[in-house]
Amino acid sequence: MTAIQLTPQDTVERALDLAATEGADGCVVLVAETSSANLRWANNTLTTNGAMRGSDVTVIATVGAGEGTAAGVVSRSSVTDATLREIVASAVAAARASGPAEDARPLVDGLVGADWAEEPDETSVTVYADFAPALGETLQRATKENRWLYGFADHEVVTLYVGSSAGLRLRHTLPRGHVSETGKTADKSQSAWVGAATRDFTDIDPLGLDAELTRRLGWASRTVSVEAGRHPTILPPAAVADLMTYLYWTLDGRDAHEGRSVFSKPGGGTRVGEVLSTRPVGLRSDPHVTGLETFPFAVARSSGGSASVFDNGLPLSGTDWIRAGKLEHLMTSRFTAELSGATAVTPAIDNYVVSVEGATGSVDDLVSGLDNGLLLTCLWYIRTVDPQTLLLTGLTRDGVYLVENGEVVGAVNNFRFNESPVDLLGRFTAAGATVPSFSREWGDYFSRTATPPLLVPDFNMSTVSQAS
Amino acid sequence: MPEVDASFLALPRRELAEAALRRARDLGAEFAEFRLERIRSESISLRDGVLESARDDEDLGLAVRVIHDGTWGFAAGVALTTDEAIRVAEQAVNLAQVSRPINSERIELADEPVYDAVTWVSAYDVDPQSVPRADKVALLTDYSHRLLSAAGVDHVTASVATVHECKYYANSKGTSYTQQRVRIGPEIQAVAVDAETGRFDSMASCAPPAGRGWEYLTGTGWDWDEELAAIPGWLAEKMAAPSVEPGRYDLVVDPTNLWLTIHESIGHATELDRALGYEANYAGTSFATLDKLGTLQYGSPVMHVTGDRVADHGLSTVGYDDEGVAGQQWDLVKDGVLVGYQVDRRMAKVNEDVLGTPRSNGCAYADSAGHIPIQRMANVSLQPAENGPSTEELISRVRNGIYIVGDKSWSIDMQRYNFQFTGQRFYKITDGKLDGQLRDVAYQATTTEFWGSMEAVGGPQTYVLGGALNCGKAQPAQSGAVTHGCPSALFRGVNILNTTQEAGR
Repeated sequence: MTAIQLTPQDTVERALDLAATEGADGCVVLVAETSSANLRWANNTLTTNGAMRGSDVTVIATVGAGEGTAAGVVSRSSVTDATLREIVASAVAAARASGPAEDARPLVDGLVGADWAEEPDETSVTVYADFAPALGETLQRATKENRWLYGFADHEVVTLYVGSSAGLRLRHTLPRGHVSETGKTADKSQSAWVGAATRDFTDIDPLGLDAELTRRLGWASRTVSVEAGRHPTILPPAAVADLMTYLYWTLDGRDAHEGRSVFSKPGGGTRVGEVLSTRPVGLRSDPHVTGLETFPFAVARSSGGSASVFDNGLPLSGTDWIRAGKLEHLMTSRFTAELSGATAVTPAIDNYVVSVEGATGSVDDLVSGLDNGLLLTCLWYIRTVDPQTLLLTGLTRDGVYLVENGEVVGAVNNFRFNESPVDLLGRFTAAGATVPSFSREWGDYFSRTATPPLLVPDFNMSTVSQAS
Repeated sequence: MPEVDASFLALPRRELAEAALRRARDLGAEFAEFRLERIRSESISLRDGVLESARDDEDLGLAVRVIHDGTWGFAAGVALTTDEAIRVAEQAVNLAQVSRPINSERIELADEPVYDAVTWVSAYDVDPQSVPRADKVALLTDYSHRLLSAAGVDHVTASVATVHECKYYANSKGTSYTQQRVRIGPEIQAVAVDAETGRFDSMASCAPPAGRGWEYLTGTGWDWDEELAAIPGWLAEKMAAPSVEPGRYDLVVDPTNLWLTIHESIGHATELDRALGYEANYAGTSFATLDKLGTLQYGSPVMHVTGDRVADHGLSTVGYDDEGVAGQQWDLVKDGVLVGYQVDRRMAKVNEDVLGTPRSNGCAYADSAGHIPIQRMANVSLQPAENGPSTEELISRVRNGIYIVGDKSWSIDMQRYNFQFTGQRFYKITDGKLDGQLRDVAYQATTTEFWGSMEAVGGPQTYVLGGALNCGKAQPAQSGAVTHGCPSALFRGVNILNTTQEAGR
């Protein structure tokens, strides 16, 4: 007998039937159909490329366990009609081998999407039909002008189907793309970087990116040595995203409730309700925000401090994590919300917007208002040093510039920094307008961010880095 | 001796490979290779002795990479049918054709002997897949409760990740192999919270991930009973320890910490693709550029670092890499001087004259069928001194210093100069003896200064294999597993920061 590749909808329906046959009390099935295409270049030439197609099926079976409910989770790629029975049986067996789950709650029910019956959307190399020739032109131009270009372009489309024994039938397509590019001078002693997120590459202009790289490399025609220390520093939106993404990932409600987070309150409880910044700064997620659209329902293939496999399909809505400087919510599943006494269930959402009320203007406007300080491009290799303060360490990279009397006057050496993004929210003295941003370090897989540029009067550059 | 899983052998690997390679050849590919990979992984995590999450994953797919008109083309798919294998081969060739106008360097590969239908299996005793889920949860529950029952421990997280990787590779030159590897990564951490002040800290097990089976969790290769019994006391001492005074100190670094410094400052720095700029937009380049081969004084004369793909229980130990190159061992740094790199077949060919060898040392690897092989780290290890000193003897040579055990935070710049690391435990050394723990410690240095300050390495009795399951590299991002063996070592005059002061408090 030949194995048959099932449609996503058939996979869901058959898996739910099989789970019932196996004796499961409940079942959630997630089918993710993924396609992607990428181009990578270095030293002014293409180096690698790829076009990938993937299919992933996750079965979450639930069974009674003592006075509670247990869950078994099994994921497989390359699922056929012949292998689906084994997957479902494994999930049910895994549930039976587990004790009652703390986070067990009734499965989310009732929602049937109007587009449930539609086929998966796809991407392919054709997404680069306009981009690739323009990229080729910039590579040739860089060779003629004695510059070096290194970069990566990626486009991915995920179509996710979620069905459950409680009646849930949801489908959502999520496109995501980005380009990032590093330019170096002929002797490779100076470098600059640009990057942008996109949904379809129609808004990406390789010639414009190359022009910005050329402008920044031009700033490096003069180089200045600057010592480590606390410097007035302008963080452009990309660098703010580098730091705030870490803060966002730390908003775990259970960790805070248990006293092991920067958002824990001495004496017990969390810092929800506490003013983190006297500035009118906000951190908000909304799955429907224009340009940063993401899954409008919870998706969890495993349970953790702020997520639960029982919450799959839970509708997501706009959530203020920080509003007017005050911590409003931490990330919770239904279980952790109850455990921690949170006033609402606020699961993680795959985007965020940082904004400062009333702030306008661009990076260039902040530069024009700075007498003496640094403008950095992006941050790199950021890791937690001390979770108590959320102290992070990392490096500046590919373009740190000296600002004097409102103008960029040259490039300076790189630095290692030690800073906490929670502290920075309370210390910045000026901000610009919030714009779509692309974190250098995390943008490859967390690209739906919008952030303002910030001026920090005393950014802690711990030591000098020789890297260039 | 373990054997390749029968269910993998039952897959139509040769038929799929033949269909894909034939189609690529018919379409004019100068070279083609096929991979069929199945990666079964399981992750289990407990929070305070209660099962929080357990999932079982399988990633199964096929990939074709071609050189067509001197240009790479790569494609991957998931359906295990000859039609899909042919479609993927066609897509790989098509991608090479589309990419040809922006490729200015013709791809050529270093020669490698042909291996005809060979098989290789890594060294382990108990296949984690064969152990019932309930038994695994029960063991982690026991380990968790040993910690939770101790005074001063408020929370415990315990997890284990296991991976069972099967691969079939075939190329148009006639090489084909079947390979199976098993690896395991446990993590157990105790947390103490001072309810009144809100201060908290943690103490994790130093057991590294290993190329072993389930026997690792039951005592082969690591003494769990001893470490779990000691963790609560170590944590309590850390909570009460004085904050470090920043400054320059002599350091004795335990292998449970030093492996990570080796990974970041030597392992990545001696990847030739980085030195040549191929990672410049992402993970970065390297200060150890090709023109410095044979002359760069990387560290002190006691420094001897090897790369290898053959060490037993190594996380990047293989029989053959993803370009059909057999596992080898070679020198990277000898007597403190840079003498070698990690390379793949293309880099070996292009740089044959400078490298002094016409052969790849087998460092091409993809983390799944869905990704292209990239230059990947071998087991990069600092060799011990024959008849060298014990850790206690190294400590006895220090008047005012710090002994560092276990890894924690890590960061290094994009050319591998400036790094900063923390650890699990920091013991003050006074007049050659340990003098209690310190807290808030981080060490920060520049790669060649740090390794140049290494006065002595310990003997084989101090040697430990460390490692990580999740080394990130490349775009699209790939995750690699790698082992680093090393002895204890003594460093003079290293810069120590106080992390609380760095936070401005």
